Amino acid sequence: MPDVASSSSASASPPPEESWRRVVDASTRRPVVAFIVSATVWLLIGSLLALIASFKFQFPDWWTQQAWLTFGRIRPAHLNTVIYGWISMAGVGVGTWLWARLLKTELRGRGLLLLSVALWNVGMVVGTIGILAGYSRSIEWVEMPYAAFAFIVPALLLVVASFVQTLRKRHVQHLYISVWYLGAAILWGPFLLIAFLLPIYSGVPEATANWWYAHNILGLWITPPGLAAAYYFIPKVIGRPVYSYHLSYLGFWTLALFYNWAGVHHLVGGPVPQWLETVSITFSAMMIIPVIVVAVNHHMTIIGHFTKLKYSPTLRFVVFGAMSYTTVSLQGSLQSFRYWQEVTHFTHYTIAHSHLGVYAFATMIAFGSIYYIMPRVTKWEWGSPRLVSLHFWTTGLGVGAYFTALTIGGVLQGLQLLDPDVAFLTVVENTKPWLVVRSVSGTLMTIGHFVFAYLLYRIVTQSGTRPEGPTYFYPVPEGTFEAAGGNGQPAGTAREVEAESDR
Amino acid sequence: MTRIVLVFLGAFAAIAMSFTALALLPSLQLSTIEPTPGTTDYTYDEQRGREIYMREGCMYCHSQQVRPAGFGADQQRGWGDRGSRPGDYVYDETHQIGTMRTGPDLHDIASRQPSRDWHLAHLYQPRSVSPGSVMPAYPYLFEVKTKANVQPSEVTVPLSAEYAPPGDSVVVATHEALALYDYLMTLELEPLDDASNP
Repeated sequence: MPDVASSSSASASPPPEESWRRVVDASTRRPVVAFIVSATVWLLIGSLLALIASFKFQFPDWWTQQAWLTFGRIRPAHLNTVIYGWISMAGVGVGTWLWARLLKTELRGRGLLLLSVALWNVGMVVGTIGILAGYSRSIEWVEMPYAAFAFIVPALLLVVASFVQTLRKRHVQHLYISVWYLGAAILWGPFLLIAFLLPIYSGVPEATANWWYAHNILGLWITPPGLAAAYYFIPKVIGRPVYSYHLSYLGFWTLALFYNWAGVHHLVGGPVPQWLETVSITFSAMMIIPVIVVAVNHHMTIIGHFTKLKYSPTLRFVVFGAMSYTTVSLQGSLQSFRYWQEVTHFTHYTIAHSHLGVYAFATMIAFGSIYYIMPRVTKWEWGSPRLVSLHFWTTGLGVGAYFTALTIGGVLQGLQLLDPDVAFLTVVENTKPWLVVRSVSGTLMTIGHFVFAYLLYRIVTQSGTRPEGPTYFYPVPEGTFEAAGGNGQPAGTAREVEAESDR
Repeated sequence: MTRIVLVFLGAFAAIAMSFTALALLPSLQLSTIEPTPGTTDYTYDEQRGREIYMREGCMYCHSQQVRPAGFGADQQRGWGDRGSRPGDYVYDETHQIGTMRTGPDLHDIASRQPSRDWHLAHLYQPRSVSPGSVMPAYPYLFEVKTKANVQPSEVTVPLSAEYAPPGDSVVVATHEALALYDYLMTLELEPLDDASNP
């Protein structure tokens, strides 16, 4: 082991360039692979549950004899597996790798992380079976029974312990913005979960606490690792520093201050105190600031480098995700207003919106990050650019069609519900075609997930002969990624960017 | 070092403030609220029915929140004569307000559809009474048995020929189906005395 391992105190001068990245990447291998593989298994399970739920709208008498297959159990099982299984574990996997790399030190507490992944998986099995077996708590976004969270909360705290240990041994003076996002998320995630699991809520106050929690799990637990990854990989792959550090700090603090007040807009027009609605609508609107700031920063970073999207899988997925972040957040700000909620609340529009956030933004960024990280921790390459491309198009087009169909269908549903002359069963009838599109696009996305899982299996098991060089969609003209770490290039070529990210 | 402490403290302060305001304060503000007229604590059977409602995830398609007059068309649709009030929920240990209306709102279902026969038939096979409905059927809340085996205490579900079981079999409601019906009948919004009708 080179000197990184032996130096224990935080020091400003990292060890020589070429060696430290390999050492640091290698130190993250087992926890990162364990988290990413587990996440992907839950993604597959969650996708199948989603398909069952969606097709039940076309075939309501399909699989009704068995209680555990009823829509009202499959749907929360889908939500909990993709939120706590897929995107949370993928976020921790990607975040762990970024954390060690950005702090330029070996990952500490690796045993804790492996224990965490084990507990987490047990919790997910208990929770998923619990919901299907009829033990749902029937509180949106935390349906899994307490027994599941009895594993997941300790698992989260173990991640915190490992992150803090690693932070204390960092070899950098200044902390790149991605570290801020990850550090804050690792504080917010457990806080949110523990605060909302307290058995102190009931009635209407429980509903406001519910939406404080559910909205913040998205904004303060799922979003920060997504933004951290975007802030790291976009500059990294294209090979130039992020446009403005000041803007990135502004974006962070405005998100931290505004986002967590916005959640109760889910109850606009409901039986909640007026001041709560007003506060939530106000802060939802103020969220425009961090969103525009992040969007400008990313856009100004990538401008002039758009051709690189043609070649790099990481860049393509991450930029898709970053653009979706802008879209979903602006949409979120606008739709909190009363006149908008009057139409869209209680409709499929909301489902479209949440998939734009969790899928088109967070999931696509997770995919892109994993395409970058896995070759570095497994010392192998992705088996087939064609399959990566298939993964991109099935998921990209899939979520695009999903969002479009449910948005249009949801708005129409909402407008018809506002017209008392339209019979309710007519409204139901009119939403059916849009729900067919959802089933088709969901199938497309699920195919993409299985392709991705196959690629992941091949790279983790180092199957076949080691593929040549970095994985690009097309042969890359000379010089395109010269200044960058590229996608899948041997680690340690992007000296400039790394130096910049240390500023 | 100072900066990392600053980040953590700032992040903590931000979430602690919103937690206090959005999760704790409403609990305090609404802790002394009186139940609205007609809102009573659940009986054993009603509570059991409520647990089945939660177990089967009815909330994912049915809200329990009538919108106030002037916001949406709930009241014109006959879903209730007034908007829901916090006092309607005081006995709900787990709120089932919901965020989706794939099916209609149920907060006042007992007023507009009190028929037990209708509800049991609807739970057994929604399309037998609501053609075109996408609601799942719940055959596992019922038993199919021959007429000869039906006990006098049991409740038979009247079904149209198309959905009735063949031969001399009939559909009988289980205790779970009856408890669920009992719970649904607690969902009723009685008029309020005060003049304001939000």
